[in-house]
Amino acid sequence: MYTLSSKLKLTAIIFVIVGAIGLVIGFLQAPSDLDDVREMLAAEEHHAEPAESTLVEADFAKAEHDMLLEDEAATHGEEGAASHDDEHLEHTLHQLQNKPWAAVYVAAFFFFMISLGVLAFYAVQYAAQAGWSPVLFRVMEAITAYLVPGGIILFVLLVLSGMHMNHLFIWMDPEVVENDAIIRNKSSYLNVPFFLIRAAIYLGGWFIFRHFLVRNSRRLDEATDNYYFKKNFKLAAGFLVFFIVSESMMSWDWIMSLDPHWFSTLFGWYVFASLFVSGITVIALISIYLKSRGYLPFVNDSHIHDLAKFMFGMSIFWTYLWFSQFMLIWYSNIPEEVVYFISRIENYSLPFFGMVALNFIFPLLMLMNSDYKRVNWFVVLTGIVILVGHYVNVFVMIMPATVGESWFIGLPEISAVLLFAGLFIFVVFNALSKAPLLAKRNPFIKESEHFHY
Amino acid sequence: MASKVIHAIYNDDDVLLLAVKQVREARYHIGEIYTPFPVHGLDKAMGLAPTRLAITSFLYGVVGLVVSIWMMQFIMIEDWPQDIGGKPSFSFLQNMPAFVPIMFELTVFFAAHLMVITFYMRSKLWPFKIAENPDVRTTDDKFLMEVDAANLNVDDLSDFLYKTGASEIKIIDNK
Repeated sequence: MYTLSSKLKLTAIIFVIVGAIGLVIGFLQAPSDLDDVREMLAAEEHHAEPAESTLVEADFAKAEHDMLLEDEAATHGEEGAASHDDEHLEHTLHQLQNKPWAAVYVAAFFFFMISLGVLAFYAVQYAAQAGWSPVLFRVMEAITAYLVPGGIILFVLLVLSGMHMNHLFIWMDPEVVENDAIIRNKSSYLNVPFFLIRAAIYLGGWFIFRHFLVRNSRRLDEATDNYYFKKNFKLAAGFLVFFIVSESMMSWDWIMSLDPHWFSTLFGWYVFASLFVSGITVIALISIYLKSRGYLPFVNDSHIHDLAKFMFGMSIFWTYLWFSQFMLIWYSNIPEEVVYFISRIENYSLPFFGMVALNFIFPLLMLMNSDYKRVNWFVVLTGIVILVGHYVNVFVMIMPATVGESWFIGLPEISAVLLFAGLFIFVVFNALSKAPLLAKRNPFIKESEHFHY
Repeated sequence: MASKVIHAIYNDDDVLLLAVKQVREARYHIGEIYTPFPVHGLDKAMGLAPTRLAITSFLYGVVGLVVSIWMMQFIMIEDWPQDIGGKPSFSFLQNMPAFVPIMFELTVFFAAHLMVITFYMRSKLWPFKIAENPDVRTTDDKFLMEVDAANLNVDDLSDFLYKTGASEIKIIDNK
């Protein structure tokens, strides 16, 4: 049995408190009206920024505005320069008001997707009847414990967006929809009640499957036959079918609909690859941590080697999807699709291309050697880089649509990560202490204990 | 004077693995082992050095990547930077996404083919090569261990091998 150490508990609580305080400050710092924004921009100009660069920025914002609101663009010329200025200020105001919300949303989704990825991996292990992984099942089960609180927090965030507490999803704003024929044509899918019902269905489905998979796994410990194993096998297969449909739709709803003018067919897979590789990485990191504390004597280097192979392979899979999506759109260069990447390359070039280095080149070179995959600190180092890379991936998916060129990784972003990291650590390690760390009567447990590569 | 080797034939790969361990403990020198299929762990038991084929493959892959980059940089950017459908051929980086499929394929092509050729050369395999099989049954169901008997007492050695479970023992004069 694992007992939650008081040190870890304290760390988690400190993370949560510091993160919460930082976030509150972040929300308080967000401007509330146009005058605040005017002051803020003036202060920025005073500081160091040369006037020229703000001019360029304003021009770009205007261009983007024109693109997005075609109907309004026609009236621009008549209203004159003063209203231009006001419009730009309003644009910036919305972005700055979105900033703390988007920071919370990115962090909440990032930690939620880790536990969802682990649940998918767990189900794959059951459905494939893998012989190597049953010794890691309890670690995976504990990580999926974050699914429920993390999912509820995400749902609350979506409800708050639906109640117009923020402007994350512009299609939720009736004024925008009224003037935008493209969004209007999508409103039979993109409307708040249906959106929330869908979210409830995905989350409810995942919660239920998670509940029964874990319950059967615990009952198998006490059982005298393989009844619960067979049940879990079928349940895992069913979950994977439900998961791939719901995950795909979840990615359209929760991420792609932030850019309601844009669409991509492989987006669901792309998000899947990201959450799968982050989940596997977290399994490896927590296993190595517990092993170093002596809680997992039955986990050997070959198990870590296998996890590292998954990290390596799935990192390349993510890159394959990232590049396929980017290259197809870049190559054909159709204006309605390519704005998505133009706004990212213009305003987010470092995170956009930096994440390819973090998520592809680094793990490719670090984990290619078979011997390195067995060196624990190598796997930890690569794992941390992969996690940072996939946080940036979520950041680049969500931020351009919500805060645009006003992005910065500052207080609200870091605080939100701290808050959810603390919560994640607390929930996961608390769940670890709820059951013995070795599943007892799994039919593959002997093979798994003697697994050697 | 011709040196002598002993051919010990085994019926089972488990017996063979145990025999290899015993022969190595007794400090006899194993020349070669012939098996009809890969015996898991035989290389470890014999103490063979791990292969470096994967390292060569990585290097070949790097060569393939460099070749593809150099080729497209020269053809598409330097030699005749034509406007083809509006693709930006001003610099390699600007047009890179279009080159990636070729860069990838050439990397894999070089890594795979050159590694295979390296394998053939290192293991001396080619068409019309005369097979070096000491006993045709080793391609079907027998395992053969060749032990040097250069300056040793042949009787002692064959006795020892018999005790390790060999089903047949032959003394061969090497030409």
